[in-house]
Amino acid sequence: MVTIRIEALDVALGDRRVLAGIDTEMTGGGLIGVIGPNGAGKSTLARAMLGLLKPLAGRVLLDGAEVGTLRPADRARTIAYLPQGQTLHWPLSVERLVALGRMPHLAPFSRLSAADTAAIEAAMAATGTLDLRTRDATELSGGERARVMLARALAVEAQALIADEPLASLDPSHQMEMMELLAERARAGTLVVVVLHDLTMAARFCDRLLLLSQGRLMADGSPDAVLTDAALAEVYGITAWRGAAGGTPLLVPLGRS
Amino acid sequence: MPPARGTPPALLIGLPSLAAILAALASLFIGPAGIPVADSLAALSGHGDPIVRAILFELRLPRVALGLLVGAMLGAGGASLQGYLRNPLAEPSVLGASNAAALGAVVALYFGLAQAHPMALPLLAILAALAALAPLLGLAGRSESPLGLILAGIAVATLAGAGISLALNLSPNPFAAMEIMSWLLGSLEDRTPQHVWLAAPCIAVGLALLLWDGRALDALTLGEDSARTLGIDLRRVRVRMLIGLAVGVGGAVAVSGAIGFVGLIVPHLVRPFTDRRPSSVLIPSTIAGAALLTAADVAVRLIPTNAPLKLGVVTAFLGVPVFVFHLLRERRLW
Repeated sequence: MVTIRIEALDVALGDRRVLAGIDTEMTGGGLIGVIGPNGAGKSTLARAMLGLLKPLAGRVLLDGAEVGTLRPADRARTIAYLPQGQTLHWPLSVERLVALGRMPHLAPFSRLSAADTAAIEAAMAATGTLDLRTRDATELSGGERARVMLARALAVEAQALIADEPLASLDPSHQMEMMELLAERARAGTLVVVVLHDLTMAARFCDRLLLLSQGRLMADGSPDAVLTDAALAEVYGITAWRGAAGGTPLLVPLGRS
Repeated sequence: MPPARGTPPALLIGLPSLAAILAALASLFIGPAGIPVADSLAALSGHGDPIVRAILFELRLPRVALGLLVGAMLGAGGASLQGYLRNPLAEPSVLGASNAAALGAVVALYFGLAQAHPMALPLLAILAALAALAPLLGLAGRSESPLGLILAGIAVATLAGAGISLALNLSPNPFAAMEIMSWLLGSLEDRTPQHVWLAAPCIAVGLALLLWDGRALDALTLGEDSARTLGIDLRRVRVRMLIGLAVGVGGAVAVSGAIGFVGLIVPHLVRPFTDRRPSSVLIPSTIAGAALLTAADVAVRLIPTNAPLKLGVVTAFLGVPVFVFHLLRERRLW
């Protein structure tokens, strides 16, 4: 099982300090959600964890090794990324698109091996996209595309997966399906970090939440411990209703405080 | 894994190869000297009329070889630039690299540098192409809109074109206007074996560097961040792309002038028959580029005109409709 350790991380985009003094450690076994208002630095944290951004100060360690110093293919085999609003620039078939996930495993100029094909099939089966395999990935509905893009990320078979707002533009049923898929992976031992806006989904599906505000880590712990009335008021400026329906605990934003 | 879509690779390589061979044969046997095919064959096998032999070996063979080489380079350049920039309008001449390389060649030729050292001509063409491409490829990472890049390329192309006109106006050459046309439109007329030896190594290096990165281009289909998280070292890809294009296009333009639109048309002709991955377009485009340019060079000789037709005129007539078609499709994004 892989561990990501973040030590005193500061990240700047241009002149603007986006993350300041982030300290935490993440490991598999439960779904980890990153929440916070717009501009809190959630996506920046995700990109820094992937080694896409160079820290201004501090480090991101992947099993003790700094992500920025790992060989690109090694890093790619260990952490998979499902970016926000994933774009696709050429009309590949779904199968070809999912196969891109195997790229970190391929030797130069080699073809897909039996193991690669098996990983592609498994990823498509897990996301229910086997029927779509010959379709143009650019012509799918929003829900289909989200599942195909998740299949692409799962096909990497990495020990860690970072998903940036995978629920955007999904209807409620697909949102729950996506969260169930991610939670299932996490409980099977993969380190899954998911950036979320929907507090109801975060409270319901995540085992641990990291609450960011203005580039700082405000709270880190179980949903109950993080999503307190005080924290919601301070960070989001909202009040929330808490309850349960059919045994499922619910948190619903009510109004602006 | 069965191919989800697309023509079998054997056909995808085989058909353009066949077209290239036919075009090369036509180019070898058709010309203003009107030599019968039987005489040409005799000359090629080392017999026959020495004048016919001279025409074939000193004029037609270099022209065939250059048509194939330059066409291959332009086809590969267009396919890899379109893949790298994720932009169906990208190609060396649209981005100004061809005109810039032609400017470098003109400066080398008409200010005496080429006479001083034979490598000055390709070297200046390569450096000029590098100077034109480097800022564009740097810019590309930061903007998601394909049109900004095309506009920047058109600015570079226009500036380099003006530079060519200026350089030739200032040179002591009395045939400046004709020469300007040759460099801006491109031509393979009256080339010698020396031209082949000048261009071939540059184009070989260019092709090798461009064909190396097919897989990185596939990863870029998902954007730069995703490509990096798939283990692609984008900085190295960019450097290989830049050097491959500058050296290959620079070498090609140094002997042929700026032949436009081949790199635009060819990938669009090839792509519908592939599975749309940028890597699967690369090699068929290279071969089809060789076939198309050689065939266009035959057409230049077959179409009856008073003055010899410039090769770039033919490719522009073929290419501009493709360009306009895709520009209109891009308009949706404005």
